Amino acid sequence: MSREESSAAGSFDCRQAFADELAAMAREDSRILAVCNDSVGSSNLINFRKEFPDRVINVGIAEQNMVGVAAGLANGGYLPFVCAASPFLTGRALEQIKADVVYSDFPVVLCGMSPGMAYGELGPTHHSIEDLAWMRAIGDLPVIVPADPQETRAVMRCVAASGKPAFMRVGRFKVPAVSPQGQGFELGKAVTLREGRDVTLIAIGTMVSRALDAAAQLAGRGIDARVINAASVKPLDDELVLAAARETGRIVTVEEAIVTGGLGSAVAELVAQHHPVPMRILGVPGFAPTGTTQFLLEHFGLTADGIAEAAHALADQ
Amino acid sequence: MQTTSASDVAAPLVTDEVAAAAWRERRGQFDGATTEQMVAALGAISTRIRRHILETIDTAGLGHVGGDMSVTDILVALFNGVLRIDPTQPAWPERDRFILSKGHCAAALYATLADCGFFPADRLRHFAGNLSPLNGHPNRRKIPGVETNTGPLGHGLPVAVGIATAAQLSRQGLRTFVVLGDGELQEGSNWEAAMYAAQRRLGGLTAIVDRNRLQQGAGVADTNDLEPLPDKWRAFGWEVHVIDGHSHAELLATLSAPAGERPRAVIANTIKGKGISFMENGVEWHHKVPSAAQYEAALKELAR
Repeated sequence: MSREESSAAGSFDCRQAFADELAAMAREDSRILAVCNDSVGSSNLINFRKEFPDRVINVGIAEQNMVGVAAGLANGGYLPFVCAASPFLTGRALEQIKADVVYSDFPVVLCGMSPGMAYGELGPTHHSIEDLAWMRAIGDLPVIVPADPQETRAVMRCVAASGKPAFMRVGRFKVPAVSPQGQGFELGKAVTLREGRDVTLIAIGTMVSRALDAAAQLAGRGIDARVINAASVKPLDDELVLAAARETGRIVTVEEAIVTGGLGSAVAELVAQHHPVPMRILGVPGFAPTGTTQFLLEHFGLTADGIAEAAHALADQ
Repeated sequence: MQTTSASDVAAPLVTDEVAAAAWRERRGQFDGATTEQMVAALGAISTRIRRHILETIDTAGLGHVGGDMSVTDILVALFNGVLRIDPTQPAWPERDRFILSKGHCAAALYATLADCGFFPADRLRHFAGNLSPLNGHPNRRKIPGVETNTGPLGHGLPVAVGIATAAQLSRQGLRTFVVLGDGELQEGSNWEAAMYAAQRRLGGLTAIVDRNRLQQGAGVADTNDLEPLPDKWRAFGWEVHVIDGHSHAELLATLSAPAGERPRAVIANTIKGKGISFMENGVEWHHKVPSAAQYEAALKELAR
């Protein structure tokens, strides 16, 4: 991580919480395995491997085999957490995710590490802005983007207990804590972090704290913004989103992902059919240029200022 | 004329207790049988399965008859003489696992599963029907005895490696068998899995290559040649056997041999369309459906 990022961003790399929680869960449940593609270091699995040397299944740099092997491990009674950089997990192994995990219905937790533009300087091959669109299109696969360490841990517990496949992002870009104390996670349930009547900001992952900051800015301009953390992108909390559409009449979605097929699309698909309201979908329009994550988020207006600006323009309509 | 309602076609597949009992009885008889007796019995079963495949494809009006016929003897040997399974308990945790990676030959697998009693053979007439559980490719959500969903090629071996790894971790004695098409070996994912199986020394894993030398549109050698195939597997760290994939004696001897320290590749030389003279080695019979006259002629050959 660059100096610029460490000073400008929040305090928590969700990978640490993920690794700690995975070890805690593995102590309680002998079925839990970590499956990876040479990514022991980048997935923060070094301590896990020290404690459970036999329970890290490292297939080497071979993502198709990694996901197929995970499905087989689940067939054999294990509960694999597949930990790999999100672009390679979701892109290279897309058909294995579709056929071997989701269509075959094996309890495999697909953990997209360092998603979005976490590898900003490494360029579009290493950006994972497409993962939400790709994963959303597969059967009944849950697609989850936790916002902070507490929510990351809660999501892991929830999907492990479900006995079903799931995809979750595990953030690398540092974020502040945003979850209310004691807040858990439930599939298909979003959390209202701030009440408001004029416009609703629906955000996920790295964008949740920025949406909260944007709401504070908007309050100063006389705009009362509601803020929803929709970590469960699929299934979406239809009820809460439609209530927001009815009660605030305007929705801005914010995600560190391409604007086609992700959170904004999910919200638009819902409200367009049941309660159409004006919307703005904030995200990344296409391949991103080279730059630090912090730079790229600013470049695309994925900041408190950018979100407040979009919400203000929408509120003025 | 028999009528079939949509709800019949869509009905869930349940165990055929009578067929399962018959299967259990012949497995019991095989325990004390000579190889000659077993081979004679398996030959009769293979002929029955080939007839069922042909009827299934004729009824459905689609299927992959050439590859179904080439893999039949392998399936019959596995399900009647090798696999430790219980058709009445398809989810028994310690069962041996079998994956048909060349999932387009589903009709052969379904006919074999039904013959063991996993579900009634009269459901084969619903193969690929609207809303049928017997999808054109195997679906474990709906078909007892199917371990993982296949269809896209190059998926079965990685999943089999995962199962064999699970068995190694849990120290269960279960064995994992996977049948691969030879054309399918052009998919790179197989070789990722082959490398890793050797790395883990998965002695409980057997990959059987249905080496019929034809793919959809042409000979494998004329498309993207696999030779030297045994050397390729050896170079990847596997124990290699090359056998006649239509010899039940060779299949039983090779597939029943105790697990070694390395994964085992069995290159089973087969004939696409085996058993029906005008289909044998004919590239056009990959997924061609026989005409009424061809169907009758084929049934006659299988009755002999």
